[in-house]
Amino acid sequence: MSGFFKSSIGRKIAMALSAFFLMFFLLQHFAINILSVFSPDLFNEVSHFMGTNPLVQFALQPILIFGVVFHFVMGFILELKNKKAKGVSYAKDNGAANSTWMSRNMIWSGVAILAFVILHFIDFWFPEINTKFIQGDWSGLHNGEFRYYHELQEKFLSPVRVVAYVIAFVFLALHLLHGFTSAFQSMGSTAGRKKTLQTIGKIYSIVVPLGFIFIAIYHHLNHNH
Amino acid sequence: MALNSKVPNGPLKDKWTDYKNKINLVNPANKRHIDVIVVGTGLAGGSASATLAELGYNVKAFAYQDSPRRAHSIAAQGGINAAKNYQGDGDSTYRLFYDTVKGGDYRSREANVYRLAEVSANIIDQCVAQGVPFARDYGGLLDNRSFGGVLVSRTFYAKGQTGQQLLLGAYSAMNRQIARGKIEMFNRHEMLDVVIVDGKARGIIARNLVTGEIERHSAHAVVIASGGYGNVYFLSTNAMGSNATAAWKIHKKGAYFANPCYTQIHPTCIPRSGDYQSKLTLMSESLRNDGRIWVPKNMEDVIAIREGKKKPTDLSEEERDYYLERRYPAFGNLVPRDVASRAAKERCDAGYGVNATGEAVYLDFADAITRYGTEQAKIQNIDNPSDAKIYELGQKIVEAKYGNLFQMYEKIVDENPYKTPMMIYPAVHYTMGGVWVDYNLMTTIPGCYCIGEANFSDHGANRLGASALMQGLADGYFVLPYTIGDYLSDDIRTGKIPTDSPEFEEAEKAVKDNIDFFVNNKGTHSVDYYHKKLGKIMWDKCGMSRNEKGLKEAMKEIKELREDFWKNVSVPGGANELNPELEKAGRVADFLELGELFAKDALDREESCGGHFREESAEESGPQKGEAKRDDENFAYVAAWEYKGEPSKAKLHKEQLEFKDIELKQRSYK
Amino acid sequence: MNLTLKIWRQKDSNTKGQMVDYKVTDISEHMSFLEMMDVLNEQLIAKGEEPIAFDHDCREGICGMCSMYINGEAHGPDRGITTCQLHMRMFKDGDTITIEPFRAAAFPVIKDLVVDRTAFDRIQHAGGYISVNTSGNTQDANAIPISKEAADTAMDAATCIGCGACVATCKNSSAMLFVGAKVSQYALLPQGQVEAADRVKNMVAQMDLEGFGNCTNTGACEVECPKGISLDNIARMNRELMKASI
Repeated sequence: MSGFFKSSIGRKIAMALSAFFLMFFLLQHFAINILSVFSPDLFNEVSHFMGTNPLVQFALQPILIFGVVFHFVMGFILELKNKKAKGVSYAKDNGAANSTWMSRNMIWSGVAILAFVILHFIDFWFPEINTKFIQGDWSGLHNGEFRYYHELQEKFLSPVRVVAYVIAFVFLALHLLHGFTSAFQSMGSTAGRKKTLQTIGKIYSIVVPLGFIFIAIYHHLNHNH
Repeated sequence: MALNSKVPNGPLKDKWTDYKNKINLVNPANKRHIDVIVVGTGLAGGSASATLAELGYNVKAFAYQDSPRRAHSIAAQGGINAAKNYQGDGDSTYRLFYDTVKGGDYRSREANVYRLAEVSANIIDQCVAQGVPFARDYGGLLDNRSFGGVLVSRTFYAKGQTGQQLLLGAYSAMNRQIARGKIEMFNRHEMLDVVIVDGKARGIIARNLVTGEIERHSAHAVVIASGGYGNVYFLSTNAMGSNATAAWKIHKKGAYFANPCYTQIHPTCIPRSGDYQSKLTLMSESLRNDGRIWVPKNMEDVIAIREGKKKPTDLSEEERDYYLERRYPAFGNLVPRDVASRAAKERCDAGYGVNATGEAVYLDFADAITRYGTEQAKIQNIDNPSDAKIYELGQKIVEAKYGNLFQMYEKIVDENPYKTPMMIYPAVHYTMGGVWVDYNLMTTIPGCYCIGEANFSDHGANRLGASALMQGLADGYFVLPYTIGDYLSDDIRTGKIPTDSPEFEEAEKAVKDNIDFFVNNKGTHSVDYYHKKLGKIMWDKCGMSRNEKGLKEAMKEIKELREDFWKNVSVPGGANELNPELEKAGRVADFLELGELFAKDALDREESCGGHFREESAEESGPQKGEAKRDDENFAYVAAWEYKGEPSKAKLHKEQLEFKDIELKQRSYK
Repeated sequence: MNLTLKIWRQKDSNTKGQMVDYKVTDISEHMSFLEMMDVLNEQLIAKGEEPIAFDHDCREGICGMCSMYINGEAHGPDRGITTCQLHMRMFKDGDTITIEPFRAAAFPVIKDLVVDRTAFDRIQHAGGYISVNTSGNTQDANAIPISKEAADTAMDAATCIGCGACVATCKNSSAMLFVGAKVSQYALLPQGQVEAADRVKNMVAQMDLEGFGNCTNTGACEVECPKGISLDNIARMNRELMKASI
């Protein structure tokens, strides 16, 4: 087994496994966030549950962080290895003739997403950790009301941040457009499922990031201050 | 030295079994102390290397390409014959033997051919066990197709890439032995001479083609499996690198060269398009299963087609001359290769060639497409199918059978063969002649063996389709590994052959001098210039039909060309580097000698047989008028030539051919 | 037609190479690409210069020897062919054509456009075979029926010519299409299944050792493969390796 994950294919499968986890996380994150558009109260309740449930906080959250870090670190390691495997590069290389831009530039869409994740942590995650673990406030209340929805709206006041989010989600879409089917291919999915997976992959990679963009713009335009 | 074919006594069908039971064997523990060199790693050399290594010998294998997988056996498309009788159509070892001897126009050695037919079935078993993905039917059993010159369906195939799959099978068997350390593989190496010590072949001199280093390699026996000499014509279906150097070098050191004039001109190749042409591409003979060959009946139509005023599809059935079906009603489009080629030449010489060069005939699939389409419509219960529907259904079947060949044609010619007939013309394809070997496949140099296309033994004057793969693998897997043991059993106490003997010294020096000459000669013409000139002489005067006057001229012209070559050839680059021009120079130098011997042999053989057609020897009357006339009384022999310093001075040794189990008849495919 | 050629020249593996410009004139559109190269080489020889070394042999698209990267694509702009089958009708008068060797750290340049692909052979030595001796009494070829579908799929995988276009094309110089094809051929046949687990492990290990890169599923190899070997073979290899390891 340990030999397996040292092999090129083992690493590729590890990338795919972490990708599956991240895609699942993304989907549930999206499902919760979209609630904010329909029902601030429901959004607050679910957020509070996620923010205070010990299983989520102490089991899922560390796994998630590990998944994110692993996916990025492994991505960079493989990229460096692959660069070395090419050696001398071509004077003229017409990659567009045989592959998509997305597939050839996963590292760049990945870097863009990493930059976004850092921004996102600064925006939401660090304040959360600060509130809960440093100040010890697990109530989720601010002035007697749940603070989550309010905080969300607060963040999307700035048009600069909204633009940054929109750009990041475009990169996320590009990353997913290749990454979704790629992960299944790495896991050895059979030829018969190719078409179905491609369709689901396209829907997922466009709908989810577009939904996040919609949420950001919605709150920018509809803040109730 | 008198020729001794060493054919064992006894009834034909028991010869091989009895012989195997009686020959000397080498103890497994002793095989470890015996080295064998194999030059060439195609079907014959690859399968021999693998099998010898499995048996325990230390094998050193040499290939001029970067991997054994590139040998030109890989280009064989159609299939491999075997007397399996899976179709229940009456096939048997005897029938395969009979067809091969008859197809070879009774110029092959009976005992060798019978043995070939005998082991043919084993080859299929062996290849399937190795994982060769032969075509199968819906029941999961092996499928067969028919080939020219026979009346049964015994050809096994893997799409249009049978040679590739069989070679990769042999290559995989080699890989297993390379991994075990039993085969030492020398890629990008070329054998430039054989070394003879005390009358026995004991090693070779080889050039590392990457560094230019000249290396000495010793062994207890040397096996030459370097393929045929079709490139003596410059244009052929052989690979660009295919050469006769290894075979020619052993000839110059004492191995007799047999029947060089027996050359197969394959009927279905893509016609030449211009002077820059570097090689010709074959379209598998299997296409003749379904394609019909024709030229226009009327000269006006020929002219109209050449001028582009008419298309072949404009001509009605009545306006077409299906000349093979007309002349040979029994075999039709499936006559043997030599007959089909000469018939095409006859029509084109009469002016009916259908392209600008006047050297092309049509191979038409329209009938087959309609036939398959109608059948499919029935199977799929389509009532009153439209012509377009039938065509569509039929095209699918034809595509499944020959798709890769059609695609290849379209890429080269830029015409869609589903819509318009293919154009084809004969091209040099295979050489039945080669180094003379006895029943053990040993040449006239003790310890020097020759297998596969490089030897002369099994195909007589004409080879049947799908028999080359069979012979290569039979020699390598099932014949040589037994017969070589008989010789090597004397060598168990010999020990390693040293490479510092004067014989090695001398051979190496000669090779080095030759290379130095090439790289230092301040010549004016490139190697290709000479090769093309030689090719033209060969094609014009030693081609599909030959006559005394032309052959005499050919001998004179080749000699002059050779003399000019040794004065004026220009080889750029140095000796100690990768230098393709230097490699070519050595090969063309040998072709320039072989070509002359070829013409001399053709001149000597004043009969027509198989691929060798002498205009002076044709039927003058009767139903066979114009067909080849064999002369069994005077020419039922193998012409084995001994080198005497100059090709023209070569000395003829005759091996009389005896046919005890077969009656000599005129080959009739009418 | 008249063309400008930009060609990689490199004396040997230890010398630095560079792109050099050449002109060729009167090229017929019916010529194959390698015949055009022959014309150029004849010109160079006539001028006393060293001709361009390039690998080629069968010139009918099956030996897998030819290996040029033409205008940014392995085997040039056409599909389903090798360089020797590429015809000049794919180009226009006045075109500039860039010709480079196949690039991969595992395929070092030997000279000009000639590269060393013996890494492929070493991967095959690691397990690209079925362990069966030549005895003359292996069981009858029809003893184990193999479904037509399995035989045909195995054949599609086995049709690989080992040219290395997949590696050359892959931005990561990954050899997985090549290895996947061989692993698949044997995995699909009953004869190959006995050694399937060891085979895939050993071949993948050797592939990694040779310094080929990792597959990122761009699919470029499948597009440029002269024999249309499918990406499914890589998926099958991944499955086989998981099966063998877990």
